[in-house]
Amino acid sequence: MSENKPSRRGFLNIILGGGALATLGSILYPVVRYIVPPAAGEARLSQLKLPFARPDIEADPKKAKYFKYGRELGIIFLTENGELKALTATCTHLDCTVQHRPDLGIIWCSCHNGRYGLDGQNISGPPPKPLTVFAINEVDGTIFVSREEA
Amino acid sequence: MKNIRLLLLLLGVLTTSAALTTAEDNNCLTCHQDFEDEETGPSHLIVRDIHIQKGLGCADCHGGGPSLEDMDEVRESPDWRGVPSHLEVPDFCARCHGSASYMHEHNPSLPTDQLTKYRTSIHGQRLFVNKDTKVANCISCHGAYQIGSARTPHSTTHPLNLAPTCANCHADAEYMADYDIPTDQFEKYRQSVHGKALLERKDLGAPVCNDCHGNHGAAPPGVASLSFVCGNCHAIEAELFNASPHRTAFEENDFPMCETCHSNHLIEQPFDKMLGAEEPALCINCHAEDDGTGGLATAAAMSQAVEKLATAYDDARTSLEDVIAKGMMTTDEEFRLKEVQQLLVATRRQTHALAADTVDSIAEAGYQKANEVRTNSAALVDEYYFRRKGLGLATLFITILVVALWVYIRRIEK
Amino acid sequence: MAASSSSSGGLSSQLYQWLDERFKLDTVVEYVKGKVVPVHSHSLFYYFGGISLFLFIVQVLTGILLLMYYRPGADSAFESVRFIISNVSFGWLIRSLHSWSANLMVFAVFIHMFSVYFTSAYRKPRELTWLSGMALLGLTMAFGFSGYLLPWNELAFFATRVGTGMAGAMPGLGEQVLIIMRGGEEVTGATIGRFFALHVAILPGTTVLVLSAHLLFLQRQGMSEPLDWANKPESDKRYRKFFPNFLLRDLLVWLIVLNILAVLAVLFPDGIGAVHWPLGAKADPFAPPPAVIRPEWYFMFTFQALKMLPAHVWLIEGELFGIGVFTIGGLIWALVPYLNRKSAKGQPSKLFTAFGVFVLTFVIVMTALGYILE
Repeated sequence: MSENKPSRRGFLNIILGGGALATLGSILYPVVRYIVPPAAGEARLSQLKLPFARPDIEADPKKAKYFKYGRELGIIFLTENGELKALTATCTHLDCTVQHRPDLGIIWCSCHNGRYGLDGQNISGPPPKPLTVFAINEVDGTIFVSREEA
Repeated sequence: MKNIRLLLLLLGVLTTSAALTTAEDNNCLTCHQDFEDEETGPSHLIVRDIHIQKGLGCADCHGGGPSLEDMDEVRESPDWRGVPSHLEVPDFCARCHGSASYMHEHNPSLPTDQLTKYRTSIHGQRLFVNKDTKVANCISCHGAYQIGSARTPHSTTHPLNLAPTCANCHADAEYMADYDIPTDQFEKYRQSVHGKALLERKDLGAPVCNDCHGNHGAAPPGVASLSFVCGNCHAIEAELFNASPHRTAFEENDFPMCETCHSNHLIEQPFDKMLGAEEPALCINCHAEDDGTGGLATAAAMSQAVEKLATAYDDARTSLEDVIAKGMMTTDEEFRLKEVQQLLVATRRQTHALAADTVDSIAEAGYQKANEVRTNSAALVDEYYFRRKGLGLATLFITILVVALWVYIRRIEK
Repeated sequence: MAASSSSSGGLSSQLYQWLDERFKLDTVVEYVKGKVVPVHSHSLFYYFGGISLFLFIVQVLTGILLLMYYRPGADSAFESVRFIISNVSFGWLIRSLHSWSANLMVFAVFIHMFSVYFTSAYRKPRELTWLSGMALLGLTMAFGFSGYLLPWNELAFFATRVGTGMAGAMPGLGEQVLIIMRGGEEVTGATIGRFFALHVAILPGTTVLVLSAHLLFLQRQGMSEPLDWANKPESDKRYRKFFPNFLLRDLLVWLIVLNILAVLAVLFPDGIGAVHWPLGAKADPFAPPPAVIRPEWYFMFTFQALKMLPAHVWLIEGELFGIGVFTIGGLIWALVPYLNRKSAKGQPSKLFTAFGVFVLTFVIVMTALGYILE
């Protein structure tokens, strides 16, 4: 018994030291990974900076582009007199994505011919409610959209 | 006498709580409410009537004087119009509803062409030309004493009530026996995609009888006008169809346009197998392998593209649902899946143009995105198990340390 | 460890000597070596103070990590928390650890407090330890309340509106207190700024000061012995050396708690049952409040009791009466070392034990009712 005591003590010390190191490792690994900045850099704010500018919208054949705002899809478009407007892009009738129709001067849902005015009001067809308006802020060519405060 | 009535009428129009005012000054009700049944008697029913609510009284339709106290006196008064016969009802109502100047005072936004339209309808033609008193006139649909705007929920013409209103006659086989038309439209409509949307989901945007047939000018849509009627809502489908080779082919053969494939009252949710070169596809009803149109080959190609995307969409959705159930953040993938769904709708819709290559290119775009969703969902599932494995490992390390420490404590305390 | 390695020679003993020459470590080591901890059937409860301390350390560390990405403000708070849990690697884990550890800490603090109360460990000479402990309890609750709002989600928004509204019901200064707490008449982005400053600067600073005092008192006075030990012969009393035996056991318990914490944080990142913190939707002051507005579980007994009071008790408004009763009850609880004269003489007090049982039962029953009756 007393002969193998030193080796048992050595074994216990190894387990203690190894266990402590491994525990420290399991704590530090997530912490280090957490500190490494993620690809996106910083949080997107409720004032969303769009990854494209006015010329991109102008270049689009339908004079419109889509953006993701939180869990919602939005559409930003250029009106005839060069004004930018942004609305939620999901039709209030079923679940289709609406589109800008510069030829008709309306926002149009192709699924059941639902029509909205450029200010989001439902004009004709099945949509029961208007689309929600986003506020637009254009600074030095960069477009920011945000939810309009009531 | 006349002055007082005019005054009363004016008063009624001007007062907002007009129903009460007229009811009080309305001598008709004094007697009629006494001897009429409370459930069915006109004098009791009228409280919900739009005309009474707007300040009109019994005499404004039926004539006679509301201030007269004796019934015989009422019947003998020169403007007594009494109860119109079935044949007389349209003109009875049109006395006001056909007068633009009168309606302008009461409800300027209401059209005044109902009678004109009615004369063009099947109902009106039979009534006026054939003197057929079984056909519907104004009160058959609107009722006589509880008339309400189509926007009020209790109205017989409210979208949710309209189909049963038409069905009152059109679903009654005995009543319709003299006419050579079916009586199962309502039953079919109820099972159709439109009927379910309206009656079960209460989607007031879904079409009901009058949206296709018209109301005052009710008539079945003609074979040629069908794509316009359906195209009111299904605009792109109609546009694609009208530009397709089917358009002229259907016209030459007198096939009703949309109806040939989708039926009319019993329009069911379209399914992908409707398209293709073999059962249960509808294409084989007209097309044969060697008919020289190449129709079946196109159908097979389009069907293949649609099915490929539909399967990919289902797979992507299933894999994403699995990830959501595991509680991972999936906002970006949900957006992408929605794009796939929109592309699937567009692909199915594009088949109306009968061009396999455009169907294929849209389907391919959707297929790529569906695959992205699947790949990313799989990565998220991996991440989920990685978390669990990491936890297992960390827990193991800590447990080993706990046990070793416990042994150590026991030893130094010995 | 330093003491044992001082005899073994090598690098660590050299370091110890270097320090000892400058800071006279030997006197500290001698002092600590003389410390003992009583061993008896309720010894287990001695660990709950340590558990609370450990969880507080976890809070500080995970809190610092969250600070790297969190951005206070009405148009950034929610977005940054979502960013942490969805975009930052292991961000979900850090937030989950912070939330779980917060809840476990409140739980440990409660057990610590009740065990001290029922063993009369607050009696002379430990009155100040009890009072500083009460202050720490208040600080812990304030941490919980202020931290709940920071993600600026629906749940937090309405709970904070109700919570600050209760403070506004106080007579006299209620209105002013409400405005100071909310940074205006309503819960807005201004409120986040205040709660943030409170949560990451004011409260941690104060807590470190009070906690240092609390631990210093403990080190000077040692663990309290059970009341009935006063009449025990010395030979029947068992003690354990504080260093290293008790400290190692403390470490062991901390590791076990860490293990439990890790399992909970990974398996239930959004919490479970009544202890639940899903991010959900962003706070919208104009949206209708959700059907169930719940405070966090450790505020539930207050919330439920106030809710169950009739509109008027005698001539006083019900809510006001409730707040009054809670204030008086809290004062009695805090001042128990001075009120319980028997315990100061080393005798058990039936009255104060009964009061403790009543308070504990009240808290448990009200909390349970709060979840059953909704």
